[in-house]
Amino acid sequence: MTFQRPTFRHPDLPPNSAGYNLRDYEGGISTLCAGCGHDSICGAIIQACFELAIPPHQLVKMSGIGCSSKTPAYFLGKSHGFNSVHGRMPSIATGANMANRDLVYLGVSGDGDTASIGMGQFVHAVRRNLNMVYIVMNNGCYGLTKGQYSATADKGTKSKKGSVNALESIDLCELAIQLGAGFVGRSFSGDKKQLVPMIKAGLAHKGLSFIDVISPCVTFNNNPESTKSYHWVREHSEATNTFDFVPFRQTITTEYEDSVDQEVRLHDDSVIHLHKHENTPDVTDRRQAIDNLEDHKAEGVILTGVLYVNPESADTHDILNTSEKSFNSMGVEDLCPGGDVLAKINESYR
Amino acid sequence: MKQLQGVNDFVIRFANVNGSGSASANNLFAKAVFRMGVPVSPKNIFPSNIQGLPTWYEVRVNEQGYVGRRGDIDMVVAVNGQTLRQDYDSLVPGGYFLFDSSKPLPEDFQRDDITVIGIPLTFLCNETFENPRMRPLLKNIIYVGALATLLDMELQVLIDSVNRQFQKKPKLAEPNIQALELGYAYAQEHHPDTCQLKVQRSDKVGDAIIMDGNSATALGALYAGATVVGWYPITPSTSVIEAFGRYAEKYRIEADTGRIKAAIVQAEDELAAIGIVIGASWNGARAFTATSGPGISLMNEFLGLAYFGEIPAVLIDVQRAGPSTGMPTRTQQSDVLECAYASHGDTKHPLLFPCDPRECFDMTADAFDLAEHLQTPVMVMSDLDLGMNDHFGPPLSWETGRSYDRGKVLSAEELDTLTTRWGRYKDTDGDGICYRTYPGTHPEKGVYFTRGTSRDEYSAYTESSAAYQANMERLELKWETTKRLLPLARIKTPFPKARLGAIFYGSTAPAAYEAIELLHQRGIDINTMRLRAFPFQQEVLDFINNHELVFVIEQNRDGQMRTLLINEEGLPSDKMVHIGCYDGMPVASRSLVRALEKAMGGLGINLQQLSTQGGTQ
Repeated sequence: MTFQRPTFRHPDLPPNSAGYNLRDYEGGISTLCAGCGHDSICGAIIQACFELAIPPHQLVKMSGIGCSSKTPAYFLGKSHGFNSVHGRMPSIATGANMANRDLVYLGVSGDGDTASIGMGQFVHAVRRNLNMVYIVMNNGCYGLTKGQYSATADKGTKSKKGSVNALESIDLCELAIQLGAGFVGRSFSGDKKQLVPMIKAGLAHKGLSFIDVISPCVTFNNNPESTKSYHWVREHSEATNTFDFVPFRQTITTEYEDSVDQEVRLHDDSVIHLHKHENTPDVTDRRQAIDNLEDHKAEGVILTGVLYVNPESADTHDILNTSEKSFNSMGVEDLCPGGDVLAKINESYR
Repeated sequence: MKQLQGVNDFVIRFANVNGSGSASANNLFAKAVFRMGVPVSPKNIFPSNIQGLPTWYEVRVNEQGYVGRRGDIDMVVAVNGQTLRQDYDSLVPGGYFLFDSSKPLPEDFQRDDITVIGIPLTFLCNETFENPRMRPLLKNIIYVGALATLLDMELQVLIDSVNRQFQKKPKLAEPNIQALELGYAYAQEHHPDTCQLKVQRSDKVGDAIIMDGNSATALGALYAGATVVGWYPITPSTSVIEAFGRYAEKYRIEADTGRIKAAIVQAEDELAAIGIVIGASWNGARAFTATSGPGISLMNEFLGLAYFGEIPAVLIDVQRAGPSTGMPTRTQQSDVLECAYASHGDTKHPLLFPCDPRECFDMTADAFDLAEHLQTPVMVMSDLDLGMNDHFGPPLSWETGRSYDRGKVLSAEELDTLTTRWGRYKDTDGDGICYRTYPGTHPEKGVYFTRGTSRDEYSAYTESSAAYQANMERLELKWETTKRLLPLARIKTPFPKARLGAIFYGSTAPAAYEAIELLHQRGIDINTMRLRAFPFQQEVLDFINNHELVFVIEQNRDGQMRTLLINEEGLPSDKMVHIGCYDGMPVASRSLVRALEKAMGGLGINLQQLSTQGGTQ
């Protein structure tokens, strides 16, 4: 096995509008198991950032610990990255975002990292509606410690060794909707057509964009009876909508068969065009979004697509009414009240 | 009976019910003493409770400027029925017992060695004031008025203080002044010339201020340019953040937009609080948290990451008695070892030990420079007594033109002009400190991936043993650099021949200095060293080596600083004598004298011999 990625790319591959080529968004060679769903998600992240023409150095990638949290090494090699501690990516992202609101923050986590050890940090980052994209690579098990069930494993699912999970599973999307995330979607690592525009829409949305991606663990949780296996997810998932994402100032070039049923305009004037069946719920209505998830769960169906969007949500900086200038660019002249003020303060303590 | 006598030298204790508004009345009294030019030291002894439990407020008045706690009580203002007996018994012979005589004292209160002063506070209050909600508050003001008579204080100073306090609500000043005058007049009529303790106008205050350490700490952070705060409420550190918030609302508002140049994020727990600090510092903002021992425990994992990832962080540890369900409103210096070696793996962290509000301000501001210069967490070790009580001390000052030391951070221009390959963890200057970059600095250069230790000096992934060990050795070199940057200990050696030395730090200092002086008056000479930082410098070792026996005075049971000294400096343990005060009260000079004498007796030190050999000055 070689650890060298060939550097040759076809010379005719066009750069994006910022002048970057796709390879500028790639990272190191993955050391995950061959066929791991996470690698496909990395590919989708690369594609989404390329298509949105985000300058790589303007994006910060962060993670906790676990297989999923290793992946920031495999994409966006020209971005600063931070591999933090288990379940604590949201607090690192919060601090980083407070320090400099001008960068794009992409957090990657897993189901163990988010739904167990990091549950507290996850729900509170959602409550703060931190301006970031939070992707969970959800395989229902702990990979690095060899296959224990995680808290998102479905009740009744069977492991490779035949043991049945007896515990209730946590639906992270439902939680995120309840707790105030402005954008919530669910996808499947095997569905790049859906995942790429979803990540793009998440990146364009201001506030916390939560994307749960079912991503089968080929080594420990891909047996046919597992509800997180490739086979099961393909057989049992249903898209609540199909959609395309139109970034700000970009004209629509794709024609869809369905007519546009719902249009959601985001904070930066990007637009999500949703194509859906009749009677499917309004994605901007929180209660309908939750009911939709529950209804499908009752039928044993995994619901994918854009589940909920609130384009008007206030992010942490809005809530705290912080300066529009990034804190890390401020110096003593911006921040220090000086000796005269201190003399006055002293006087108030006499 | 011999009544206690004294001018500008006594201890008065107020016994109140928590939540009855007594703190502001008692503070009014202490401030008045201060404004009469007399050094004063109030200590709030309060329960972990919002309303109903006993609380005390102890004020030491001392012309000479000894503002540590003294111990022993000369006068009690007893307005809490729950503790009446205890307060009555706590007085030293010759002391004064002021109580609310609306109800007579129980019959078995028969001490004949104290002076009992009855003021019918409840009766006077109910007779004069209609508003039932105001009554409990004004009742407290009445005894302050009575004290003005008893202690011969200037009533006008109190009236001025009330007016100043209610500058924005003059309507509230009125009844307060009335209450003051009521108590004043009652005492004049019924208790003239009763008390031999006096407060006399003096000129010993100078430009001093009277301030709580937590406010000073908050100002230090404000002046140092802290913009991101991650925190979780915990007594006794909460008021650091509250004060920072108040000052930020005042001095960090953009005139044109009304937006604030600070993000104060109340986190879900201390794990997240320190995570926010680390994330913000990593991204180039100055960030801090304030917490106490239980919070430090929760922050341990992240502190290790910050140590190995070399990310600045400023932590304020306002120490209290342990554990989490311990005595959160009682003071201690018992987080020293926890903080010095916080986290797993080989970790150690610079600590700073302020002893008064001025140092809280200076050291907090310095902590930001140190953390960024050294790229590591730095902890300011305050405590409940220092943080939450008002302290008499020098004013805060900020050097004109002082800039921030942001450490080794490469700009886009600097990255462009580098002639050698840059490595995030590559030491090119030989001081163990490497160059870092903020995200977003340069489109092509200076990018790195932050991870723990499974990396080489270019921050590329490796599990190489050699790379790990080389990194650990570089961190050790950085530790040596650290020693050169930290504030030096304050060493006082007035007795060149003295065989005894005493080491102390933080809020122990005022009482310790006083105890050493009291012992000197008894012929025992002890040189002193007030530690201000960890790791220890050569001067610390020299001081210890120059004395035969060294007392380490600290407010904990196990002698944590003593352990740290012995461990770090390889000192013989029998030379380092532990003097511990750990009852949760601020250390008192009189009990410290007793503890030191007892220790010397136990060691068989001949006090007579010491006084002839050492007392040359």
